[in-house]
Amino acid sequence: MVHPPVADIPPGSLPSGSVPQVDVPANGLPALAPLPPAVPRQGSVVGSAVTDAVVSGLLTGLLLLPLVGFRATESGSGPLGLTYRFGLVAVFAGIVAVLRLVLNLTVWRRGRKVKTSEGPSAFATLALKAAPALRPAFFSFAIAYPFLAILLSGGLSPSRYWVDLGIYVLTYVMLGWGLNIVVGLAGLLDLGYVAFYAVGAYTFALLSTSVPVNDFFAGHLGEGFWTAWSFWLCLPVSGILAAFWGVILGFPVLRLRGDYLAIVTLAFGEIIRLVLINWVSLTNGGAGISSIPPISFFGVPFNATDEGFAAKYGLDFDSMHRIIFLYFVILALAALTALVTIRLRQMPVGRAWEALREDEIACRSLGINTTLTKLTAFATGAMFGGFAGAFFAVRVRFVSPESFTFMESAVILAIVVLGGMGSQMGVAGAAILLIGGMEMLRNLSFLKADFLFGPDFDPSLYRMLIFGFAMVAVMVWRPRGLVSSRLPTIFLKERKAVSSALVKEGHG
Amino acid sequence: MASLDPVAGARAPILAVDHLSMRFGGLIAVNDVSFVAARGEVTAVIGPNGAGKTTVFNCITGFYKPSAGRLALFHGGAATPDELDAVTASGLSWGRTGAGALYLLERLPDHKVASWARVARTFQNIRLFSGMTVLENLLVAQHMSLTSAGLLNPAALLNLPSWKRQQKGAMDKALYWLDQIGLMERADDPAGDLPYGDQRRLEIARAMCTNPVLLCLDEPAAGLNPRESAALNELLLSIRRDHDTSILLIEHDMSVVMEISDHVVVLEYGCKIADGTPQEVRTDPKVIASYLGVEEDEAAVVEAEVGA
Repeated sequence: MVHPPVADIPPGSLPSGSVPQVDVPANGLPALAPLPPAVPRQGSVVGSAVTDAVVSGLLTGLLLLPLVGFRATESGSGPLGLTYRFGLVAVFAGIVAVLRLVLNLTVWRRGRKVKTSEGPSAFATLALKAAPALRPAFFSFAIAYPFLAILLSGGLSPSRYWVDLGIYVLTYVMLGWGLNIVVGLAGLLDLGYVAFYAVGAYTFALLSTSVPVNDFFAGHLGEGFWTAWSFWLCLPVSGILAAFWGVILGFPVLRLRGDYLAIVTLAFGEIIRLVLINWVSLTNGGAGISSIPPISFFGVPFNATDEGFAAKYGLDFDSMHRIIFLYFVILALAALTALVTIRLRQMPVGRAWEALREDEIACRSLGINTTLTKLTAFATGAMFGGFAGAFFAVRVRFVSPESFTFMESAVILAIVVLGGMGSQMGVAGAAILLIGGMEMLRNLSFLKADFLFGPDFDPSLYRMLIFGFAMVAVMVWRPRGLVSSRLPTIFLKERKAVSSALVKEGHG
Repeated sequence: MASLDPVAGARAPILAVDHLSMRFGGLIAVNDVSFVAARGEVTAVIGPNGAGKTTVFNCITGFYKPSAGRLALFHGGAATPDELDAVTASGLSWGRTGAGALYLLERLPDHKVASWARVARTFQNIRLFSGMTVLENLLVAQHMSLTSAGLLNPAALLNLPSWKRQQKGAMDKALYWLDQIGLMERADDPAGDLPYGDQRRLEIARAMCTNPVLLCLDEPAAGLNPRESAALNELLLSIRRDHDTSILLIEHDMSVVMEISDHVVVLEYGCKIADGTPQEVRTDPKVIASYLGVEEDEAAVVEAEVGA
């Protein structure tokens, strides 16, 4: 049985349709016929790709001709005029044709070997190896960040933008970690997380601006006490009230699963927002609550007086001190969220959350009270949302229902899903990418250059479009999020990441 | 109290099923079934497909609320008929008895059947936490004993020494069962990665980690090859021998049933048709008829043919 090895057959040397002679080996079974090479001739690939690209370009042009090509414009007081934008149609058609050509030659190419991998991906293995170093590195960077910002932007005042951005991103990191407990660990899809954020923010806003409360403390602990200490005293109250509302939401939705749970939590978020708008006597309705007292350095106000932070610690007064302090407060709150979550995951309650996500019926057969377990997940997640809300109120010093729309819930959920449900580093990375990235899109002033889009172009208008594209792309390439594997909470010999194929996403 | 008479020898009962019926709409899945499972024995429930075996199990473990009937589980020792009547009349779900305690399972929700009455179960289609490791599965099973000081135990939150000791105890127990089922090497692998037979054994070990007094196994040998089946028999016999746990099992595999069970209950179309030792059941014409699908009067002929 001598026939040339398959690799030696030059492409195309076997006439298609003819079956090559098959030797019968000694065991009597015919050897498998060497298949004709599956890769077609190079020329035809490029040719068909180009044809396909041209056809799709033409189709796009035809489709967009009426949609984009004509535009009705008002010309002063006269009748509507018609402007023609055939150039734009050509640009769109060209973009489609070129993209299609590129895809035809790369991703959609026939005979392209698709990489399939079993078990945790190389990315996950790398993340697992880097994980012990990644957390301290991330945390050290977070601590050093305001100082880096000051150094690199050359002074306290110019760094304001960057420190503000850091606060903004960390708020979402914290919210993502909070929601991660409910969605990622317990597997309960919560679309109304912003409600707890709102409860926290309004709790602090209402208590800190309340005259009776102020009078009460003024009578007992001196004038100005409440202004100075309101945040620090209201922070736990905000968390507890939000957790309480988490339980209130939890009770009716315990029997619901999947889509139904999502709808009810979504409705709950809207109810809270509508109550805030319509209960004018308490919340001042859509006008919101303003003049919330600013944060103090544990009772020492950030102002230019002799009692102020700067004077007390021998510094020159700068309004940036307060901002930098705010940064460290949110960093501490986010770190608290992360540490508590890590600790809870290693406790029976955290394992029960994950077990609940894996199989609720098996949980019940082991004696786990699933009602209580779900409620603790809702309450714990809501509590961190409440902390973040109180922080939001003291940072912005103004709250209104505008800040707590469904869009916020959607962004927080997107951060959790994009990061990889259950993974803390993934969620932090996703928050930085999404929130930081969206903010960076405001800064693409080079796009306003004449040779690109011209000075009228506003890149920030395209943020949501790019955000959408990015989400679609990530969900196509990494459907289970940036960090999709799960780290076991305990191990005997070796901590092995669990492949996302085995980890369930929860049933809602 | 006919059902409390020791049917299977002199052993005290652990579970007394009294006139259990379960209807789904017009379908009567279980019709007035009574039997007693004795303490320290292996009781098998067998019957053709659709006989209502799994429904009986779901009633015992609280997943279904029976339409009628009483399911009494005894801790410590059997209750006297008077004690049983007193608790039944009281409307409570449990009561103390001279020998220990008694639970009326039909009045308890599923998770309390597991945590209070200490009845553990496995499932026909394995229900492991597939994304968690083998070790984690065994630790989740010890949830109730680990959370005796509350779900958010401060000692656990702060990782105090008292908690570490408690966790060490849980770990030792998990390792003991890992050793029993021979999966020590795979402790850190996800449960979903294990071969089928190992998953079956792991599910039994997980159920045993809840310290049950009664272990209910729903077709533990289904899909196992003869070697795995033999290993399972070994495991079940060691559970009965070394632990204070009685076993109730549903099984189709007659080698398992005949080899390890002390007492067999046969169901057909929701009714009990036979009850006794494996030897008695195997020669019961009704059982032979139901398993081989012939009329009762022809059973004797069939029996002679199969040499049973």
